Amino acid sequence: MAFSRRNFLKLAAMSAGSTLIADTPFLSTRARAEAEGGDVRYVATSCEMCFWKCGVIAKVKKNRKGEDVVVKLEGNPFHPQSNGKLCARGQAGIGQLYDENRLKKPMIRQKGSKRGEGKYDEVSWDEALSYTAEQLNKVADKYGAQALAMLSHGSPGDYFTNLLMARGSANIAFPSFAQCKGIRDVAWELTYGHKPGSSCERVDLQNSKVIVLFGTHLGENMHNSQNQEFAEAVGRGAKIICVDPRYSTAASKASLWLPIKPGTDTALLLTWINLIISNGWHDKDYVAQYTVGFEELKEAVKEYTAEWCAKETELHEADIIDAARDLGRYAPNVMIHPGRHVAWYGDDAQRSRAMAIINAILGSWGREGGIWLPPKSKLAWFNDGIPEYPIPDEDPIIKGNYPFAGGEGLTQVVREVSITGKPYPIKAWFVCGTNLLKSLPAPEETKRAINSLDFMVAVDILPTDTVMMADVILPECTYLERHDGLFKIETRETGVALRQPAIEPMYDTKPAWWIGSELCKKMGLAEYAVKDSWEERMKRQAKAWKIDYDKLADEGYVTIPGSAAPYITSENQPVFKTPSKKIELFSSELDEKHFDPIPKYEKVDPPPEGMYRLVYGRSPVHTFSRTVNDQWLWELYKENQVWLNTKEAARLGLKDQQYVVLENQDKVVSNKIRVKVTERIRRDCVYMVHGFGQNSKLLTRAYNKGADDQQLITRYKVDPITGGTGMRVNFVTIKEA
Amino acid sequence: MPRYVMVIDQSRCIGCMSCVVACKRENDVPEEHYRTRVVEMVRGEFPRLRTEMRSELCNHCDNPPCVHICPTGASHQEADGTVQIDRKKCVGCKACITACPYDVRYINPEHGYADKCSFCQHRLEEGKEPACVATCVGGSRMFGDLDDPNSHVSQLLRDHSSRTLKPEVGTKPHVYYINQFPRKS
Repeated sequence: MAFSRRNFLKLAAMSAGSTLIADTPFLSTRARAEAEGGDVRYVATSCEMCFWKCGVIAKVKKNRKGEDVVVKLEGNPFHPQSNGKLCARGQAGIGQLYDENRLKKPMIRQKGSKRGEGKYDEVSWDEALSYTAEQLNKVADKYGAQALAMLSHGSPGDYFTNLLMARGSANIAFPSFAQCKGIRDVAWELTYGHKPGSSCERVDLQNSKVIVLFGTHLGENMHNSQNQEFAEAVGRGAKIICVDPRYSTAASKASLWLPIKPGTDTALLLTWINLIISNGWHDKDYVAQYTVGFEELKEAVKEYTAEWCAKETELHEADIIDAARDLGRYAPNVMIHPGRHVAWYGDDAQRSRAMAIINAILGSWGREGGIWLPPKSKLAWFNDGIPEYPIPDEDPIIKGNYPFAGGEGLTQVVREVSITGKPYPIKAWFVCGTNLLKSLPAPEETKRAINSLDFMVAVDILPTDTVMMADVILPECTYLERHDGLFKIETRETGVALRQPAIEPMYDTKPAWWIGSELCKKMGLAEYAVKDSWEERMKRQAKAWKIDYDKLADEGYVTIPGSAAPYITSENQPVFKTPSKKIELFSSELDEKHFDPIPKYEKVDPPPEGMYRLVYGRSPVHTFSRTVNDQWLWELYKENQVWLNTKEAARLGLKDQQYVVLENQDKVVSNKIRVKVTERIRRDCVYMVHGFGQNSKLLTRAYNKGADDQQLITRYKVDPITGGTGMRVNFVTIKEA
Repeated sequence: MPRYVMVIDQSRCIGCMSCVVACKRENDVPEEHYRTRVVEMVRGEFPRLRTEMRSELCNHCDNPPCVHICPTGASHQEADGTVQIDRKKCVGCKACITACPYDVRYINPEHGYADKCSFCQHRLEEGKEPACVATCVGGSRMFGDLDDPNSHVSQLLRDHSSRTLKPEVGTKPHVYYINQFPRKS
């Protein structure tokens, strides 16, 4: 169908009734460009400013020199993670693309220089890749292939996973497990046999009547479609109950804010379970039909009374009871949001279990306004005909001694083994897409591990603190300059998305698929390399998945028909992949491994006299430490602040916005940071946005701005079930800077 | 002729700043200048607190002091009710900046003319909503024609009590605010 400009305007006008006002929601990228005419191009692709993978439409224009320039990024209306909208970060992808601080050429650390000194020689790709291949092979030949490890976050990891697996090492770990949501995933798998989400949490916020958030700071934790639904729920008048020691944005939308004493969340959850059961507010038919262990649960939670809970959590008894009553009254159209970053206190799997259990007894799994069921769809297995990976000579160490650690691995165990050499040496690291010094607790240990390596290679976009410790730096192009995918997107339905370049790679940068493929060739693993190009591979994958690639490339997202089945009906019964094939309120798997089969409350250590618990979170305009140098986002939020309760500030004689330093229990002193004196936080803790205090001078905007929470997180408490690293166990004092 | 208005549902604003970045990108707004902002106002004492999220921008007033004071006719009101600036006529005297009670104008540091929100006039001409509205994650910003009784904004203003900013100064803004605070259901 051809669109002239006039047709296009008419169409837009029609869609809005008598007047013009409507965006151009349902035009494909080619139709948009045709309609506008001139030298404008639109490219449908996927965002990587965070990991929600929103659909993006990039608008590309020619500048006076005839070069393609990305001028605007908008949300793809076809894609369910964006619904035509993008958050601040998504739109600021242009800032990352045109960041003058980007890594521009491959670099090799100068001989005789020390790691972290920043002395590098720019080299050709051929030289950099040959040297990298030689060094990786040298380590593998000397110590065995298992001595190669990879630590990664985001899309580039896939290509180097292929490389390491092909070379015979499965020592691959992602911070998204032990430092973030892996713990939660395991807890829900133990309960339901499913994670509570993959592309997104399967929370039916827009239809929910009661939404409980434990520390989940929607609005500040800015996952696009989830926040769209949250605002919809607020607008509709859903009851929001926000449990957080800090008055977050989400708390400001709540009808009940419960400023809980940090570390006592499990006490509140178990008390709610007790109140719901003892008052008969649970969904009795659902519990009888779909769960096991109800009697054991009922017995186990009896001790957790509202009166006790009020003392333990420092909340009002009446509020505790009211919240439980509301959950019961509106069940099953209610939810306890599973959360995302849950690595808090080292008992996090059991807290997550308690959340999973309370959802189960309220019957919210598979119900409208609760947790929708996973979409149905089987996409054919596809690996483009590469040979099977060799079985590693030595078992990977990535799960440590934690029986329920997930396949994404434990980064801190890789780090520890790299230092100790036990049970075997790990001597080379492949680091891509993650600033480990900012993502792992106890960064000094990370430095120690890096310094004990024979070789470290980093693939990244920017010269971060971690990248500047590497022996070889391979500059990747940004997501707006490369192909990636295909991506399976699981929301209420299953769909497929892709990433394709808006412009050619700038400078001497390359896509990660090409880097991984070339390394395969240079390491004698050519049969694992990409046959031609990633685009051609995606076309073959689309064929295997029975998808029209041309349509996908034009529209950016295609739906798998018939995949959505969100709610339980007589024809759509839930499947629980647990040993009992039911929801396990009493976990047989935990029981077998001698863990509490039903969560118990354990006290966390209180702050020492005169100290505050350090709590951290996110800003809506930043993703961890990844975006702090982006000019568009930097402008909005240049440095973080430490939130301190007004009464405590008065006690310490501190004034709003003055610079202070924080000192933790191990005498580590932070960079200077402004204090935000506020009523919005309890007196026993302080809060700061994560990701600031960059040490790399090459990040000219972000360098030395704000303080680094991770530097103060010198201690962590490991969750014995999953190996997750609880990081809210550090305490600080505050002094004038 | 349409009469363009913006309706802002404050309860739905989650302070994500996507409107601010959309505006800056769409209109190439210079560094450290803004045509729109989100103001977060928290009142009360721990733990009894209340927050107002307020998106602010040019109000495209029906009685615009910036237009009245402009000595060259650069600031003017168009037939669709929007207030626009003819950059060629602007001499950068800043009278409009002083006259505006809403602090939403700035001088473009490179070219010297006064600038502000145009309701994305260039997008309206293409049949698109303003960029901030198109990307508003919370669905807080809504836009449309008040002369059309069936438009979404007309319906919203019929169904809700609305207010404008600084009504006492008599500017008759075309930006309306509804649901100042979330409902306490």
